[in-house]
Amino acid sequence: MDAITAESKGTPSLQDLASQALDLAKRQGATAAEVNSGLGKGLSVTVRRGEVETVEHHRDKSLSVTVFFGDRSGSASTSDFRPEALSEAVRAACAIARHTALDPFNGLADPAHLARNIPDLDLYHPWALTVDGAIELARRCEDAAFAADRRIRNSEGATVTAHEGEDVYATSAGFMGTVRASHHGVSCAVLGEDDEGHMQRDYDYASVRDARDLPDVEVIGRLAAERAARRLGARQIKTCQVPVLYEAPVARSLLSHLVSAVSGPSLYRRSSFLIDSVDTELFPNMVHLYEEPHRKKGNGSAPFDGEGVETKYRDLVTEGVLRRYCLDSYSARKLKLVTTANAGGVHNLMIRPGADDLQGLLRQMGRGLFVTELIGFGINTVTGDYSRGAAGFWVEDGELAYPVEEITIASNLRDMYRGIVGIGNDVDMRHNICTGSLLIDRMTVAGS
Amino acid sequence: MATDILHSQNLERAQDFLLKPAGIGAGELEQVMSRMLGHQVDYADLYFQYSRQESWSLEEGQVKSGSRHIEQGVGVRAIAGEKTGFAYSDEIIMPALLDAASAARAIARSGQDKTHALATHSGGSLALYEPCDPLSSLEDTAKVGLLERVEQEARRQDPRVKQVMASLGGSQETVLVMRSDGIMAADVRPLVRLNVSVIVEQDGRREHGSAGGGGRTDYGYFLTEERALSYAREAVRQALVNLEATPAPAGTMQVVLGPGWPGILLHEAIGHGLEGDFNRKGTSAFAGRLGERIAAEGCTVVDDGTLPGRRGSLNVDDEGTPTQNTVLIERGILKGYLQDRMNARLMGMAPTGNGRRESYAHLPMPRMTNTYMLAGSMPPEEIIGSVKKGLYAVNFGGGQVDITSGKFVFSASEAYLIENGRIGRPVRGATIIGSGPEVLTRVTMVGNDLALDSGVGTCGKDGQSVPVGVGQPTLRIDGMTVGGTEE
Repeated sequence: MDAITAESKGTPSLQDLASQALDLAKRQGATAAEVNSGLGKGLSVTVRRGEVETVEHHRDKSLSVTVFFGDRSGSASTSDFRPEALSEAVRAACAIARHTALDPFNGLADPAHLARNIPDLDLYHPWALTVDGAIELARRCEDAAFAADRRIRNSEGATVTAHEGEDVYATSAGFMGTVRASHHGVSCAVLGEDDEGHMQRDYDYASVRDARDLPDVEVIGRLAAERAARRLGARQIKTCQVPVLYEAPVARSLLSHLVSAVSGPSLYRRSSFLIDSVDTELFPNMVHLYEEPHRKKGNGSAPFDGEGVETKYRDLVTEGVLRRYCLDSYSARKLKLVTTANAGGVHNLMIRPGADDLQGLLRQMGRGLFVTELIGFGINTVTGDYSRGAAGFWVEDGELAYPVEEITIASNLRDMYRGIVGIGNDVDMRHNICTGSLLIDRMTVAGS
Repeated sequence: MATDILHSQNLERAQDFLLKPAGIGAGELEQVMSRMLGHQVDYADLYFQYSRQESWSLEEGQVKSGSRHIEQGVGVRAIAGEKTGFAYSDEIIMPALLDAASAARAIARSGQDKTHALATHSGGSLALYEPCDPLSSLEDTAKVGLLERVEQEARRQDPRVKQVMASLGGSQETVLVMRSDGIMAADVRPLVRLNVSVIVEQDGRREHGSAGGGGRTDYGYFLTEERALSYAREAVRQALVNLEATPAPAGTMQVVLGPGWPGILLHEAIGHGLEGDFNRKGTSAFAGRLGERIAAEGCTVVDDGTLPGRRGSLNVDDEGTPTQNTVLIERGILKGYLQDRMNARLMGMAPTGNGRRESYAHLPMPRMTNTYMLAGSMPPEEIIGSVKKGLYAVNFGGGQVDITSGKFVFSASEAYLIENGRIGRPVRGATIIGSGPEVLTRVTMVGNDLALDSGVGTCGKDGQSVPVGVGQPTLRIDGMTVGGTEE
């Protein structure tokens, strides 16, 4: 597959388009402007029960512009790159800026913080995936799931995707950064059925920058099957208060609630339960969280944030103490702080793993609930109140006793963070936020 | 008939708008269709779309940001049996269209181009809303002014209101569907929405409340009957109730759900599980259960895309099928599924006008429109009065369902204890969990106060978001698991 280029001959590059949009903004009288432009293409193929189900060809492009007239701002975006569409978008942004309020915190990032050198983070590995090749991989993946357990009788299919793209961020102050990146994946979701006709679904997947780093697709299929089969026969348990072990893939959500609670907008809007919590002990001493934006091939790696600010290794929590917030330039100015290069989110937020693997954490818990799936959105970020639907396993003597469903787990995030008593070394690296399994000392489980 | 006039206007307008500038006429469409309709392709469609959206948002007393977005493109789909080939382009031009058609039809290998004479005719359509342009229905200054008034109204309610965030959004979408069976259909879809969210603070404790509404109309909707201001008052009321709330109970108990938005219960517990794709594939807990009792006698649930002006309504779905009122559960018996064309055909059923897609860049699937339960006969006071000890939940945040196990959740954002038939102290938000195929069998009372939500629902499925509506009367359900912290 050749490198991404603008679609047809004579079409300007993303960099040229960004420059044109910045010029247009200047000509409209904008005192400053920023532009994001992106172009991507991909292929996604799903095979279900051995037959091709969908073949999707993706091709996306977009350009968004924010203009500043002194302290006023306006934004617009378009998926149409023709000159007249570009002009219309810039005009629309300028028209909006005439009506928005003066906001002294508005503006581009401080030039002192911008990325000067843009390191190659090894994110761009186009995959010459053909439709036939994708079908073959998906078939093998799903076949492995059916072969793994006789109770696997149905499937939502196996999907293979390849995607590559280029993104440009440019400002009227002269910043122009380009990032080329690819991401590829294999996923498989299957259904187990017990003798009474009750069904359970579960899945497994891989997500990588470079297709050569994909595990064998059969492994993904087998894991999906094992996960679905082991849930068969799930039952409700009685309401109780017990320790809860979050399996790594769901433990990630606990850290993403943290990120959202310590992010600039939640803080200046006073809509976070973690206002004024920098330098306070939110976690036990053993918890260390840090951002590692320059990890090679990392799923959340980025050389600069959404405003061109240089990203670098930064601690978030050390020895259980929150050391900083996650800020972009706007919220930093409002809070009289300095940007932490988090415009657009965190970049590879990592936890320092503990010594124990999952078995070790189960043994440490002894008796309690092992959660493998969460559903619903019962998180109040203003108060930290937490109540979500869950499924998983009842654990006795450190061993999975039986599958559990139709229960909720509830507490307050502050208590849950303080109550972390174990961090697994089974770190799930498939995302931008990476953690091992997390053991929490006590939560309320609601059931029958 | 007024319906016909409006409909033909929509089709004409969509053609003028989407096709004419690209020089695409009947001959060109035929050429694209011919490229796809080799002998193994059963069905193909083209979906042209142009959409304009805007949003304005206020915080700290000022409208600080606004944005506009313009998007257009065409999605090309070819179906052979259970196989779907799909490609799209964000340029509506012939070369891109032909490329997309070649990519989509590759799903059926051995087909060859054959000339396909298309006798196009327009399909039926409803006229549930005007093809108005919300974006130009109000001057920009007036949009800003509206949000400022909303902010002032919220602050005026109570000195404990510390933050007010409000947003106003509008869009107009013009779509044109061209099917291989010759049907051509179009729709011009306006949609507006206003949301208010407040933070209140007292003695170091903070809480929030939110309210909003909208529909397929223009911004004038918010100016009538003080609607926008009433959202502000409602958000503050909710936040102040929550400020007094104590921990919710944990365990299985009687639950009374209020009318309107709590109908999200039906969306999660029933609606998704009855979507045709899950049932054709046998992955839904409801698969193969047509004709069986899945709810109490008093429960009749419909999905109705034909309610005038509602957020979930459509004149035609995204496959050109007119929407309809589909009975899902009639007096407790499972009667029907929600279908798009592909799943309907494969299941030997009729399409129900539920084929929806987020945009041209997404494949259509069976989706809900406005899903609600019909009213019963009980006055709501009597329902509450009948409960000795339980939970009364009147407002909810989001919900989610596991289609296969049937387990669903939805999270209360305003709830009270019921003690001896009286509404007692407010309790903090708790998630309620249940089992879709069972929950409605435990409905013991159905209120006479059917209400639809105010127009705030967005449903997500396979990464695609579409606007929907829900509704229900007050319901008593004997035995739901409430996920509080108090044992």
